[in-house]
Amino acid sequence: MAKLHVSTTINGEPQEFLCDANQSLLDVLRGPLGLTGSKEGCGSGDCGACTVTVDGRLVCSCLMLAPEAEGCEIATIEGMAQGDQLHPLQQKFLEFGALQCGICTPGFLMSAKALLERNQNPTETEVRYWLAGNLCRCTGYDKIIRAVLETAADMREAV
Amino acid sequence: MSSPESNGQDNKWIGKRTIRPDGADKVTGRAAYAADTNMPGMIWGKVLRSPHAHARIKKIDTSKAEAMPGVKAVITSKDIVDFPIDKGPVMLGIQDMRWMCRNVMARDKALFHGHPVAAVAATTERIAAEALKLIEVDYEVLPWAIDVEDAMKPGAPILHDHIKFDGKPSNIAGTLEHKLGDVEAGFKEADVIVERSFKTEAVHQGYIEPHACLVSVTDGKATIWSSSQGQFMVRAMSALLTDMAQSDIRAIPAEIGGGFGGKTIIYLEPLALVLAHKTGRPVKMVMSREEVFRASGPTSGSISTVKIGAKKDGTIVAGKGTYCLQAGAFPGSPIRGAAGCAFGPYNIPNVYTQGFDVVSNRSKVAAYRAPGAPIGAYAVESVLDELAKKLKIDPLQLRLKNAAKQGTKAAHGPVYPVMGYEETLKQALAHPHYKAPLKPNQGRGVASGYWFNAGGESSAQMSVNEDGTVVVMTGHPDIGGSRASTANIAAELLGIDHSKVQVLIGDTSSIGFSNLTGGSRVTFASAMVVTSSAEKVITTLRQRAAKIWKIDPDAVTWENGHAKPAGANAGQFDPLSLAQIAARATETGGPIGAGASTNTTGAEGGFSTHICDVEVDRDTGRVWVVRYTAFQDVGRAIHPDYVEGQIQGGVAQGIGWALSEEYIYDKNGRVDNPGFLDYRMPVTSDLPMLDAVMIEIPNPKHPQGVRGVGEVPLVPVMAAVANAVHGALGHRFDSLPMSPPKVLAAMELEAAV
Repeated sequence: MAKLHVSTTINGEPQEFLCDANQSLLDVLRGPLGLTGSKEGCGSGDCGACTVTVDGRLVCSCLMLAPEAEGCEIATIEGMAQGDQLHPLQQKFLEFGALQCGICTPGFLMSAKALLERNQNPTETEVRYWLAGNLCRCTGYDKIIRAVLETAADMREAV
Repeated sequence: MSSPESNGQDNKWIGKRTIRPDGADKVTGRAAYAADTNMPGMIWGKVLRSPHAHARIKKIDTSKAEAMPGVKAVITSKDIVDFPIDKGPVMLGIQDMRWMCRNVMARDKALFHGHPVAAVAATTERIAAEALKLIEVDYEVLPWAIDVEDAMKPGAPILHDHIKFDGKPSNIAGTLEHKLGDVEAGFKEADVIVERSFKTEAVHQGYIEPHACLVSVTDGKATIWSSSQGQFMVRAMSALLTDMAQSDIRAIPAEIGGGFGGKTIIYLEPLALVLAHKTGRPVKMVMSREEVFRASGPTSGSISTVKIGAKKDGTIVAGKGTYCLQAGAFPGSPIRGAAGCAFGPYNIPNVYTQGFDVVSNRSKVAAYRAPGAPIGAYAVESVLDELAKKLKIDPLQLRLKNAAKQGTKAAHGPVYPVMGYEETLKQALAHPHYKAPLKPNQGRGVASGYWFNAGGESSAQMSVNEDGTVVVMTGHPDIGGSRASTANIAAELLGIDHSKVQVLIGDTSSIGFSNLTGGSRVTFASAMVVTSSAEKVITTLRQRAAKIWKIDPDAVTWENGHAKPAGANAGQFDPLSLAQIAARATETGGPIGAGASTNTTGAEGGFSTHICDVEVDRDTGRVWVVRYTAFQDVGRAIHPDYVEGQIQGGVAQGIGWALSEEYIYDKNGRVDNPGFLDYRMPVTSDLPMLDAVMIEIPNPKHPQGVRGVGEVPLVPVMAAVANAVHGALGHRFDSLPMSPPKVLAAMELEAAV
């Protein structure tokens, strides 16, 4: 079967790729595009380790077919820092020790960034329900939640 | 001679919340985990797994699969080294290679649904998956037993013909007992006795990263990239299972995406190694989440009975426990943790505990955070709660009255040294949480826990670079931030800025033997070898300064990262920094560095006490943990964030074990919930903040006072939650998980009475 040609924008750069009709977006990101920051923890949309945004919307890239990305703007963890300048969430995760093994961290960061873009002043409950699609088995979530709340507070002050 | 003494509280780096050395890579997605590495010419391996819970393998025909275009090799158990059962155990750590060889690839029998029976390597993942369907296996399906009770019944299907108990074929593969005093005489002295039986379900470690590896073989020499809790374990087991010399295998530890004990054994590496040998191509294998659930180690489900007797004043006079643990398909359940740790926090004169290791048609269990101990503690700490109520004594006071302390002889052997169990109880009693009012439908529970902790072999290498920065290499995969602790220790001892220290995890060819990341041992043990290396490096630095100053090395001290004359008699010289000495290393004697390899001892046990508040939704049966505080003797928190993180993570896993996690089997002996949707681990919205109270009572046997901290946080949790649920409902659950249907049914039953 012939490969499909897909044109997208990934982390602000035009990106074309060839894929099979049944390949997931995650397969393409991790495989031919070499963007292995998005992780596969389950392949069924339950763990959130593969979280990216597609046209600004949070998506489990394991659940989206790669050809569906045609014409879309995709953002992955690799595009979160601006060069050496970490995003405030990335920096806060480090300062708060909000990661242990780190495999879930890219997904959490992508989800948390999307939250703060929509809600600059989330409550703890709002953060907990927004991030409920991301599994972490190491931290018990405490430091992750605190890092997100603190980043939100910092970003509000900075405005 | 200056001796780096870092047990004080005025340290510059030890005890500080520094940024971890591997942090930036992990928040930017650059850190390379096992599945993130690829090689030119790489092909894909996949495993064919048994569709039956128990079946004799009569014949495997791989010819059609081998003929499929794109397929490069097919292997079966014939390609894996056999360790014959009748030749006796071949132990590697706690693993018997007789079981390991049969676990990675079924030989005469498939012993659980998901047991590997063959593996394929093909040019693409899809071709490999298609090829699996072409392998023809002739099975003779056998009756199976899943649960411990069924496996122990007379007439139960026997998994292994060679296993005998009381002279008869049996699924009871082993027993273990601990005795102290005379337990029956002890019960005669008791005024109050409580005896209860409990059941827990198998639960999975639940690491988010599935097992994965990439293996390349060139000229008979293999390189393995894989995610494990021990690259040396990967090398040794792979060597044994493929009949290779250890020196011909280089095992490189990828970043590991969680383990919790579940990555202390191997599954894919020997298969990929054989496939790589056969094909001459690098072979990558990655488990799906379903494979992880079906075929990698959960921890045991269990049935246990605990009996405790006390005098009216609360003095416990006797304790007895029987713990039957699922081993899965091969012997080796953690009965030692259950039988050895359950009464560990207490000073009881008469104790008898017994463990039964029971095989059944489930995947072989693997270690899970304080293996066995949470199962034992769930039973003992639940019975203690009931005993406290009968005695009308506060449950923490009852524990305090009977607390083990320095000099207590434990039933499992040791006499305890200085330790902080009592302090965890005192701080819990004094904490505002314990006095906070409860709302309707809320309850509060407490429980304590003990875990052995481990020392063992570790190696470190410390190199001073020409520019005065320092590289420290250790041999333990870093799962939870241990590199951050190592960096703090190295910076402290050398007296240099934390940012000058880089910490790496070496592979099997670049660092000396280091035992598994397990047993809460890594920061304990690596601190010891890093300290030893630092002391040697400092000795060298002093010698180099002495050479520059042309004075005796004994006349040079090391303070705050500088060599200084020891006193006025030594002469007047400006201090030389580590960087200044490093810059002149070539002229003063060459590169500066030192290593250490030690079999570390003195780990000493870990103790904790937890307070849990729950609220029960009476309409749904859902139990919510609304407040949680854990008190733990951590010895010395080298990096407090990651010590708290261990405590919080352990508590979250325990809440899952208590309330929502369980393996469910269908009527055909197959796991019915092999995914994160149906195997329900706690998510962010399930939990409150988890408060960790670190109590620092330095371990006198460690240069920085470290105690293992990683495992004991899981030990008390299920009992603390269960006791809290009892507080809320007045109903004591004797089985886990306390999931909504079960809680609702219990409430409806009580309402009907």
